[in-house]
Amino acid sequence: MRYIDDSVVMKRMKTRLNRNKGWKALFLTGTLFALLCLVILLVRIVTQGVGYLDWDFITNFASRRPENAGIKAALVGSIYMMCIIAPVSMILGVATAIYLEEYAKKNKINDFIRMNISNLAGVPSIVFGLLGLTIFVRALALGKSLLAAGFTMSLLILPVIIVAAQEAIRAVPQEQREASYGMGATKWQTITRVVLPAAIPGILTGSILALSRAIGETAPLVVIGIPVILRFLPDGLLSEFTALPMQIYDWAKRPQEEFLYVASAGIIVLMLFLVIMNSIAIFIRNKFSKRY
Amino acid sequence: MVQTMMKNENNIKLNVQSSQVVSEELPVVKNNKSTVFGTKDFNLWYGDHHALKEINLDIKENDVTAIIGPSGCGKSTYIKALNRMVELVPIVRTNGEINYRGRNIFGANYQVEELRTKVGMVFQKPNPFPKSIYDNIAYGPRIHGIKNKKILDEIVEKSLRGAAIWDEVKDRLNQNAYGLSGGQQQRICIARCLAIEPDVILMDEPTSALDPISTLKVEELVQELKGNYSIVIVTHNMQQAARISDKTAFFLNGEVVEFDNTDKIFSTPKDQRTEDYISGRFG
Repeated sequence: MRYIDDSVVMKRMKTRLNRNKGWKALFLTGTLFALLCLVILLVRIVTQGVGYLDWDFITNFASRRPENAGIKAALVGSIYMMCIIAPVSMILGVATAIYLEEYAKKNKINDFIRMNISNLAGVPSIVFGLLGLTIFVRALALGKSLLAAGFTMSLLILPVIIVAAQEAIRAVPQEQREASYGMGATKWQTITRVVLPAAIPGILTGSILALSRAIGETAPLVVIGIPVILRFLPDGLLSEFTALPMQIYDWAKRPQEEFLYVASAGIIVLMLFLVIMNSIAIFIRNKFSKRY
Repeated sequence: MVQTMMKNENNIKLNVQSSQVVSEELPVVKNNKSTVFGTKDFNLWYGDHHALKEINLDIKENDVTAIIGPSGCGKSTYIKALNRMVELVPIVRTNGEINYRGRNIFGANYQVEELRTKVGMVFQKPNPFPKSIYDNIAYGPRIHGIKNKKILDEIVEKSLRGAAIWDEVKDRLNQNAYGLSGGQQQRICIARCLAIEPDVILMDEPTSALDPISTLKVEELVQELKGNYSIVIVTHNMQQAARISDKTAFFLNGEVVEFDNTDKIFSTPKDQRTEDYISGRFG
């Protein structure tokens, strides 16, 4: 006695295949919709902004006249800020991840810490802005400086870097650690010689993606009170500065229509910046990632 | 050929007798050998699970000691207790003693790094590092502070010869060890273990992931190595235990049911459960 009747199977075959096609079409529509929005956005920005995008735009300071306006101060400010964020957030983030994954014992306190780091990654950036305003700008009296903004942004992306580094470290097979411990290596030797070399591609990829998020963030800078129009370049860690998204925000809200096009040109520069950073991340992942 | 190589290296270890290289010639009882691992009333728990119960077992110098038993009987746990690898599991508790050369390895001031330099381990799944063959073998010496390139070269060659894989890899020492076959990778892991010049080699089912020909090579290697090292091998393959070991311990539900000379275990076991197991009635 057979339980599966061939004629019933054949009768249902068509319905099953059609249902499969239906779901596929639905998912494809979703993907195409997202892609379409992106293309419209890009086309609009490029057509609007490309007319204002030239070498003068990169080398000029902000101006009241749209045709003279440039993003020199903002571009340099963003790059300087990156030079603070990258080392601060990566050193703290990787150190935390190593501690949590390799040294910390499994207990309730550490589980609580782990859980909350993941939660911190979801906290709105404006909250980090308020934190930066209270601690760095006022309590530590750093003012609206590069250093204050850099520290605030570091805190903002720190949870993301920690989680990415934890995942990269966890992806190193336990057998590799056992092999090292089995020959009498200490924990530190195992971390530097086995775990980190295998985890570094993942750590770098995650960190660069987090950094590109920091480049585009505006809310914390607004809360800290970073000025918009500056006609000088920052000359030290405690100097005032402005950043790309702040400059774009300012242009976009001006009444003259021409400044909208200037803002588009600024967005193109910001996006090129991000594309370059993400390409570096992808390059590192493809080139150095190891398979076990 | 490899045996002659091994003999050339015998001057390193003082206690080697060349007759021991061939197992068939071994006398059945050798009580005058010194004890490498003395286990006294040893208990181990994973959380609430009592995994090893009142283990008493003496492992003798230059013997191949096989540990057999069904899955979950504690054989892997026991061998991992011998180099304190079980401590990587955070919920492990122990009591009782395991004495290595007369000192309790679970004692308060025993450095685990020191123990593992003397007691090397070969794992179930070949686990070379994703580095070159040379760097794999030189890993152990390097962590113990040897930097001299000439000495490292000598250790690498000697270890690879000792693991009978020198001829296969000597022209590609700078290639990634992951390019080798599974059986070669496992012999690389054995060579890597030899490079720290251990006293004891623990092998945790070293052939369970290998094909029959690679298994045979590893078994031959065990026979060659036992002249210089004491070997403890966990295996789920009873024929393998019978072929390569001098002593066999049968574990069941965390206890040692029987521990005796291998030929005795497999011909006239004292305990009914041992007989049932080796005759294939369970497990």
